[in-house]
Amino acid sequence: MRHMPLVLDVQNLSVALGGHHALSNVSFGIEEGETLVIIGPNGSGKTVLLRTLLGMLPSTGKIEWNPSARIGYVPQKIEADRHLPISTINLLRAKAKILKFPDSDILHALHSVGLTTRIAQIPVGHLSGGEFQRALIAFALLGKPTILLFDEPTASIDKPGEEQIYELLHRLQDEYRLTAIVISHDLSFVYRHATKVLCLNKVNVCFGTPKEALDIHMLETLYGGPHKYFHHLHDHTHHS
Amino acid sequence: MIPPSFYAITLAIFAAAAAGLVGSFALMKRTVLAGDVISHIAIPGLGLALIWNINPLVGGATTLLIGTIIIWQLEKKTSLSSEAAIGVIFSSSVALGALLINSNEELIDALFGGFGILSYGEFTFGIVASMFVIATLLILRHKLIIGLFSEDLAVATKINTRILHLVFLLVFALTVLLGLRFLGALLAGSLIIIPASAARQFSHTLGMFLSLSMLIAVLSVGIGFAVASIYSLSTGPTIVMVAAVFFILSLARKTK
Repeated sequence: MRHMPLVLDVQNLSVALGGHHALSNVSFGIEEGETLVIIGPNGSGKTVLLRTLLGMLPSTGKIEWNPSARIGYVPQKIEADRHLPISTINLLRAKAKILKFPDSDILHALHSVGLTTRIAQIPVGHLSGGEFQRALIAFALLGKPTILLFDEPTASIDKPGEEQIYELLHRLQDEYRLTAIVISHDLSFVYRHATKVLCLNKVNVCFGTPKEALDIHMLETLYGGPHKYFHHLHDHTHHS
Repeated sequence: MIPPSFYAITLAIFAAAAAGLVGSFALMKRTVLAGDVISHIAIPGLGLALIWNINPLVGGATTLLIGTIIIWQLEKKTSLSSEAAIGVIFSSSVALGALLINSNEELIDALFGGFGILSYGEFTFGIVASMFVIATLLILRHKLIIGLFSEDLAVATKINTRILHLVFLLVFALTVLLGLRFLGALLAGSLIIIPASAARQFSHTLGMFLSLSMLIAVLSVGIGFAVASIYSLSTGPTIVMVAAVFFILSLARKTK
C-alpha cells in the first residue's frame, strides 16, 4: 500500500440547489498522482460536485484541499460563440496577465497539448471539437496545476478524437505529475485509467478502486436496470 | 479665439472613442440591448433637472446610476419576469420623462441632443470621463475576455464576475452620459452599438476589432459634424446616420 498525502479530502458533502438536494453526504479522498473518475447517470450531480469543489456553489460538510494544491479546471463543452473574435492566445494571455505568469508559460501550455501557434490564433468558435478541447486544457495547464478537474473531456468529440484526448490526458499526468478528477460516461476509460472510481447518484453509490467498487450489481443500482454499460464491462474483460 | 464648436467636436471625438471601445465589449458580452435601455432612464432625470433648474446632465447621471444598479440586480435572475421588469422600467421611464418635460423643444433636446452651449466644466468633465472609460476597459480587458468566454473559467481564475459586470455597466452608463449631450437619450446608445457591429464584420482578431470599433465611432462623429454643418442638419441624428452607413458597408463586405 502506498501512503501518499491526500490532495483532497471530502466528508459528508451536501449541496442544495433551489430547495432540492443536488448532493447528499458524499465522501471520498484522493491521493497524489491518482486518477479519480466520477461516473453516474445524467442529473446525478457530477458537474455540481466539480463546481462545488471549485468553490462555485454553497455546500455543507468538509472539502479540504492540500494547501499546496494548484487546481486546473477544464469545464464541460462551452458553447463557444462563433462570432467571438477571441483566440486561444487571447485567452491564455489574459489568464497569464491576471495571475502574473510569464509569457513563456503560454507557449509551454500550447506545446503540452500539441496546438500550434497558428491554430492558437484562430477564433475559438472556428476550432474543431478536438482543437477546442485542447485549447481548454492548455488554459487549465497555464500556471502549472498539481490537480486537474476535467468535466466530460470527450463530450463533443468523435471517437478517434476521444482516444487522442484520453492519451493526452494520460501523458500530461506523467509530464506534470498531475492528480486528476475526471467526469466520464465512458466505462472503458474507468477500467483503463482510473485508480479510484466514485459512483454518484446524488449520494455516494460506490467509491473505491474500479475492481472493488464496480460490479454488475453496482452498475444496475447506479443506472437502473440492464444497461448498455454492461457491454463495456464485457468488452473490457475480453480485451485486457 | 477658439470657436465654441471646437470644444464640442473635441469632446464628441473623445466620447466616440470611449463609446466604440465600450461597444465592442458590449457586443461580445451580448449585453448591447440591456445596455441600450439604460440610456432611456436618463430621460426622467433630464426632466427633473429642467424642472429644478439644475444642469440636465446631473439629473441624467443620477437616474442613470440608479438604472444601472437596478439592471445589475435584475440580471442576477435570468427569468422571464426579470427581463419583463427591465422592459417595463425603461419604457415607463421614457413615458415619465415625457410627462416631466412639458416643453416640446426641451423634450426634443432630451431625446435627440442639444442643451445649448457647452460650459468649460462640462468640457473638462467629458474629456476626463472619456479617458477614464477607455483606461478602465483597457485595464479590465483580460478579465472581461475570460468572463465573456466562460463564466465558469472566470470564477476558476478567481475573477469576481458580479463586480466585474457592475463595473462594466457603470462604465457603459458613463459612456451613455457622455453621448447624452450631443446625441440625446434615444441615440446615445447607438454610438455604442453601431460602430462595434460594423467593426465586427471587418475584423478577425480581437485587437483589430477593438481598434476598428473606436476608429469607426470617431470617424462617424467627425464626418457627422462636417455633414451636419455643411447641410445645416441636426448633429446627433446625422452622426448616427453616418455610423449606419459604415454598418451597411460592413454588411456588403461580409457577403462577398
